[in-house]
Amino acid sequence: MNKPIATTRSASGIPTGRLAVWWVIASEIVIFGGLLGSYVMHRIGHPEFGDYAANTNTWIGAFNTLVLLTSSLSAVLAHQAAERGDGKRAAKLLRLTMLGGLTFACVKAAEWTMEIGHGFVLSTNAFWSFYYTAAGLHALHVIAGVVIMGIVAADAAKGRELQRVELIGLYWHFVDVVWIFLFPLLYIAK
Amino acid sequence: MSDAHAHHDEGWVKKYLWSTDHKIIGMQYLFTGMLMALLGGYFAYAFRMQLGFPNQPVPGFGLVSPNEYNALVTNHGTIMIFWVAMPVLIAAFGNFLIPLMIGCDDMVFPRLNRLSYQIFLVSALVLLASFFVPGGGFGGAWTAYPPLSSQAKFSLTPAGSTLWLLAVALEFVAFLIGGINFVTTVMNSRAPGMKWHDIPVVIWMIVIASIVFMASVGPLVAGAVMLLMDQQFGTGFYDPIRGGDPILWQHLFWFFGHPEVYVVLLPAMGIVIEVIAVFSRKKVFAYKMVLYTAFATGILSFFVWAHHQFVAGIDPRMANVFTVTTLLISVPIAEMLFVTIATLYGGSIRLDTPMLWAVAFVAEFLLGGVTGIYLGSSGSDIYFHDTYFVLAHFHYTFVPIAIIAVFAGITYWYPKMFGRMLDERLGKLHFWLTVIAFNFIFIPLFITGAAGDHRRIYDYTKFPDLARPELQNLRALATVATVVMLSAQVIFLYNFFKSMRSGKRAEANPWQANTLEWLAPSPPPHGNFAELPTVHRGPYEYSVPGRDLDYWPQSDPPEDDAAPDAAPEAAR
Repeated sequence: MNKPIATTRSASGIPTGRLAVWWVIASEIVIFGGLLGSYVMHRIGHPEFGDYAANTNTWIGAFNTLVLLTSSLSAVLAHQAAERGDGKRAAKLLRLTMLGGLTFACVKAAEWTMEIGHGFVLSTNAFWSFYYTAAGLHALHVIAGVVIMGIVAADAAKGRELQRVELIGLYWHFVDVVWIFLFPLLYIAK
Repeated sequence: MSDAHAHHDEGWVKKYLWSTDHKIIGMQYLFTGMLMALLGGYFAYAFRMQLGFPNQPVPGFGLVSPNEYNALVTNHGTIMIFWVAMPVLIAAFGNFLIPLMIGCDDMVFPRLNRLSYQIFLVSALVLLASFFVPGGGFGGAWTAYPPLSSQAKFSLTPAGSTLWLLAVALEFVAFLIGGINFVTTVMNSRAPGMKWHDIPVVIWMIVIASIVFMASVGPLVAGAVMLLMDQQFGTGFYDPIRGGDPILWQHLFWFFGHPEVYVVLLPAMGIVIEVIAVFSRKKVFAYKMVLYTAFATGILSFFVWAHHQFVAGIDPRMANVFTVTTLLISVPIAEMLFVTIATLYGGSIRLDTPMLWAVAFVAEFLLGGVTGIYLGSSGSDIYFHDTYFVLAHFHYTFVPIAIIAVFAGITYWYPKMFGRMLDERLGKLHFWLTVIAFNFIFIPLFITGAAGDHRRIYDYTKFPDLARPELQNLRALATVATVVMLSAQVIFLYNFFKSMRSGKRAEANPWQANTLEWLAPSPPPHGNFAELPTVHRGPYEYSVPGRDLDYWPQSDPPEDDAAPDAAPEAAR
């Protein structure tokens, strides 16, 4: 298939891919905004949520925060390498980021197994419903990010589509920022 | 040409179902939307017959049971908004027009575009499937308020309500993908020389609508996930017994639902302004003002949603705030209507079929807007809430948007889409029948609504206290008019498909319009333009003093103004 001329134009001066990723992030912000807004409204109306939140494990949450934020560092370094045209190094650094994402997901799985074992399930009460829904939606984004990053890294290793390293990095930072909101709301505010 | 080329051209499936060409994708949306419109119309026919002539078998449907009635009403609304208005106004016109009107060969993400249609098609199939599962289709109204929608013991449709919700969620995903594509394309792929103020109004409107959609649908996506979990996984987000809140859904739904009105209104308004300028041979009155007004409307539309909850138990002080914002939003909308009238003023008006539809939009939408004032005021809304007055009000907005403006658009761009002209006589017959019948449906319903008819009652004979037998004639009149309006669409379908084969061949620019799509051949080939155009002026330079021709295509080089015969290939 020949590439349409449309894909090569840049009337706004911003590369098309970057522009589109920002619009994706904008639409995601309102999705998480709606969910977290609903949670905050419930939280204000139900002081007993604090007691339920006492059953979450702040240390595990803090560890995951550390892992996820650190993984963003290698995403930034990968972008830097891609800017220099060093696809091999960019791929290596992206795979390091993926490792961070996978660690996050595994810790989350272990944490949930423990909590379900203690009898805190999705339908226990509204707090736990929000807890699993919000963190679950976020975890889906982490997993999707890891998968896409794998594809981008495979291309980058061969020196192809290096501009995508920046784009997946943008998305990954967004996933980070969502977690920065989730962590205090679900774990710290007790 | 080479084998690869032959391979590309061969195969109906590859060409029409697996294409990445924006025009084919636009047609896919248009035809899917038209099919769904027939289904939505059929549903309206069935439940209107039950209301007009209660408890008699409906020809072509049979006896309407209470549960069927609920499912018919619910899915009529859902289909007409999500599977007719959205795909036709935004996706079909957006896909077809954006690359053509901004002078490029395709969207910036052609494969994403194809994916968006495919997800949309799946969403339509899921919705259709929901009618055939045990318990039947969902019957909790298109607004799906919990607890009715969240628990099977209330909705009686354990599978239907979940499939309905999934279909709506998939449709949102399709339009998020499509919207990102539209906005990015207009931002980045405009023809050289096309500045922000050279973009035609309809393209602006589709872009603003896409952004408003994107910004408003998120909370409802989150809300839909929560409702899905309430239905299937036993959570209690909307269950007050377990610490949830049913009103929360109403807020999440209408935070999207009211901006959605403007999401479909703005492209409709864009089409109408486009048509009125061309058929008045006059520059659009206050182009920039229209643009800023549309942005203002988009922003203001996020602050009116709670007027849907005036009787749901919100704080009365809050109701006052939302009364004010709701009344405020009628200002920019009224301004846009005045702009169309000011454009008409002093023009050399041609009353071809597209223009008839455009003018009818202005007249009919006005009625919808004016009756909204009664409903936006919290005091009078307490009386009117959930009566047929509300129903007639929003049909006086949505029918002009999704039917009248769409017909203006289809009749106007048909020559470009299919390379042939529609039959004018059949077009006018279809126009008059549709518009007159439309008024005969909803004016009686304004009257029954003002007299207190509640909109969710399936059979008044079962509720003697509410029956009001003297209103039955009006209900029957509305039903008869519905049948007339639906029958009139046969004329349109005949005209539409017959002209495709045997209509008069259309020139490149049959209406002598300025915008870039008329530079391309009718119908445009793959790649659209023989040579991609450069833009030299705004889109509405009609009747410019000192020129022989009363139009001045955007792509004509400035030197040409003295020599009209060298001007557009359109004149050939």
